[in-house]
Parts: sequence; C-alpha cells; structure tokens
Amino acid sequence: MQDGLSVKNLSFSYGAKQALKQVSFDLPKGRFCALLGPNGAGKSTLVSLLTRLLVAPKGEIRIAGHDLRGEANAALGALGVVFQQPTLDLDLTVRQNLAYFAALHALPRKGIPARIDKALDRLGMRERAEEKVRTLNGGHRRRTELARALLHDPKVLLLDEPTVGLDAASRMAITAHVHDLADQGLCILWTTHLTDEVRDDDRLLVLHQGQIMADGCTGDIRGERSLSDWFLEQTEMAS
Amino acid sequence: MNGWFGALRAIVGREFLRFVHQRERFLAALVRPLVWLLVFAAGFRAALGVSIIPPYQTYITYEVYIVPGLCAMILLFNGMQSSLSLVYDREMGSMRLLLTSPLPRWWLLFCRLLGSTAISVLQVYAFLAIAAIFGITVPPLGYLTVLPGLVIAGLMLGALGLVLSSFIKQLENFAGVMNFVIFPMFFLSSALYPLWKMAESSALLYDICALNPFTYAVETIRFLLYVDFDAKSLAWVLGSTVIFLAMAVWGYDPARGLMKRKG
Repeated sequence: MQDGLSVKNLSFSYGAKQALKQVSFDLPKGRFCALLGPNGAGKSTLVSLLTRLLVAPKGEIRIAGHDLRGEANAALGALGVVFQQPTLDLDLTVRQNLAYFAALHALPRKGIPARIDKALDRLGMRERAEEKVRTLNGGHRRRTELARALLHDPKVLLLDEPTVGLDAASRMAITAHVHDLADQGLCILWTTHLTDEVRDDDRLLVLHQGQIMADGCTGDIRGERSLSDWFLEQTEMAS
Repeated sequence: MNGWFGALRAIVGREFLRFVHQRERFLAALVRPLVWLLVFAAGFRAALGVSIIPPYQTYITYEVYIVPGLCAMILLFNGMQSSLSLVYDREMGSMRLLLTSPLPRWWLLFCRLLGSTAISVLQVYAFLAIAAIFGITVPPLGYLTVLPGLVIAGLMLGALGLVLSSFIKQLENFAGVMNFVIFPMFFLSSALYPLWKMAESSALLYDICALNPFTYAVETIRFLLYVDFDAKSLAWVLGSTVIFLAMAVWGYDPARGLMKRKG
C-alpha cells in the first residue's frame, strides 16, 4: 500500500470504554472508500487516530507507506484532511486561509501562490479567492476546505462527514467531486452515516460498535436490497 | 528549517490579523490597567505609603509603584485570554488544523505562544505611553531595557495559559480559571503592594506570595524598567517558563496528554 492507507489491528479505549477493537483494512490508491457507521460506532475515534490527534497504544497506521508513529511528519505530510467541524478562519479571505495552511505544512514559499490557484481552479473557487470566508455559503466553505486539503498534493484524502449541514445540491456536488479525485489517483476515505452518498462500485467499510462489520464492494455487499435497508438490518441485528 | 520559519511567520501573522480584527479587545485590555492606575491608585495613594526599596532610589508615589504590576497584569490577562481562544479554537476545530501539521507540535505551540506574547507586549507599550501622558514615567532607557523582561514574562504567562487550556475540556470551565488562577495570582503578588507589607499582615500570605511566579514576573519588569537587574526574579521567571512549556507540550501530546481524556 505504497500510496494508500493501511490500518492493522488498531484498538483504542477511553478508560474502560473500548471505542475500537482490532480494526484492520487496506485501501489502495485511486479508490473511493466509504466508511459507514451509525453514530457512536467509532468513526470519530478512528479519524482522530488517523490524524494523530490521538495515538493508539496498539496497532499500526501507514499513510502512503509511512508509519504514523515512527515517521509522523512524512505520514501527516501525505495526508489531506477535511474535518467535520468547520476549520476556516472566517475573518480571512479564501486565499489567506489557504496560505496559512501552506505555511503550516512548510511548503516552499515561492510556489505557494501557484499551488493555491491550482487548488482553487480544481474546485471552481478561483473567482472567490479574495472573498472573506464569512461571506461564503456552506457549500463554498466546504469546497474551500477541500481545496485546502489538496494544497500539498496528498496521496491520501480523509473526509470526516464532509456533507453535514449542506443542502442537497452542495452534497451531490461535493460527493461527485471527491469521486473524481479518486479517479485521478487519490486514495479516499470518506466517513458518513448517509447511505445515499455511497455508489455501488465504491469500496465499503462498515464500522459498528468499534469493529469492522463488512468490507468489500458496495454493490456486492448490499445484494438486492438498497444499501439503506441492508445497513439498518445489519446494525439492528448486531445491536 | 525555512519551513519552520514559514510556519512561525504564518502563525504570528495570524495572531496579528486576529488582533486587528478585534480592536475592541485591545481597548478593553488597556482600560483595565488604566482604571487601576488612574482611579484605584489615586484613591489609595494616601492610604499606602511606600518606603524606599530597590530598585527605587527615592520615595515614590503609589502610582509609580504599581506601574510594573499593571504591565504584568496586561501580560497575565492576555496570556489567559489567549488560552481561552485556544479552547475556543479546539471546540471550533481550527486547533485541529494546527495539530495535524507535519511540523513538530512543540514548535507549533511555541509559535502560537510567541505570537500572543508579541501582541501582549505591544499592549504594554501602549499602556506605558498613556501612563507617560499622565506624567507617570520611568527612566527613558527603561522603556528599552524592559523589553526582554516583558517577552520572557509574557512567554511564562502564555505557557501557563497553554497548560490550563490543555486541561480545560470546555469553554464554560474558563470562568473558574479567572477565579482560581488569575485573581489569586494577581493579588498574591507584589503587583499592588510590596511584599514586606504583606509580611506585616501575615507570614503565611507572605510565603505564598514568595512562591508565586507572578511575583517574580512583576519584579523582573520592575527592575528592568529602572535599568536594573534582579537575578533571583529572572531565574524564577526563566525556570517557571521552562516548566510551564514542558507541561504544555505534555498536555498537548496525543499519546500522553489530556487530549486523550477528552473522549
């Protein structure tokens, strides 16, 4: 999994409460993988571990071949993240927000303006570069965050429930765009609890009560049922 | 290494922008010490006589005595306010951005600290300028020699704020910090009265004041404002800064610190 994401035997607990139990999966590059799970399944904990906001005592995470424990800098440098919570500075312009991020990632100063233009072009946000984030709607703010996550050319892109709070049109646009990014060769991990964001040919990981309950191609997993019905049935059965 | 300085520039620059966008905060931070200086000190002038103690070489008025304490007060309130904004940042998510940078976390926290200290120091100079307009001045060279003292005291108090912010789970808990950290630190120090006066009232209170790092921040600033130097105070401030910084780095360490207990 040189350019992908690999997780092995990851366990984590908050005191006595176990949040993740022996989670393992391998995601190759060029693939959109949806991590589906009900609230409280352990998705947020997994995201915190993948972004090193938390460190698990057991298990291994490799991002684009780099061990997150031993080579944290290289691993985080290959990871793009769109957090569930808004992380933009509302008083700064779109361009200033991206420039701040570029500096945090220690990107060479000379190339930053060109990188920002390229990332904004990719998301169709170039004409809004000089606008303050406060004036943007929810969909455009999300697109700005996505552009920012791509600024350092990551190999792996992690999106934590990125469509929360967006209207239907913005949701569809973001979902489609991230699928395109997978087609362009990125390894995508998209966490969600909304089944309509997952396509049949997407890889599907189902997390329930801290464990991987299903892993495979979405179409194969759901069979004749809709993904929503299958998901409800499985999570109810397991509870 | 260029990347490290790029991050420093960006983080300090962001602090300045935030400061420019919140001018009311700047004014509020100035009003507090000015009220103390121009109202409180004027009222207490008659009640509190201050004898000749180093670094002063003559009898001084109470207003003159409390200027260094009020400079330190600005640094204290700003250090804590900055930690308040860190808790806010964490709740709002922008702290995540900082913590997932590939640069070492201690460096990022230090940059953040340096940025907030730089702004506090600016505010202290604005306060000293207004005090001068009202005729409360220090030796001209003192305005320059105090600068390193303000920076190190600002770093110490900012680092303490970082430690507290790593221990505070939610914004609401911050009111407790005001009551249990800021006020005791300020009143149990030499900011408003010389320690020998405290010793006359209570030996225990005197001992507590003598263990309070804020006392030494005040004294470091006081001596440097008068182009003098007190090694003991400076050593206390430097030592406390190192300890608070180490605790802050520990507090923000994902494997050991309190982020883990957030759940």
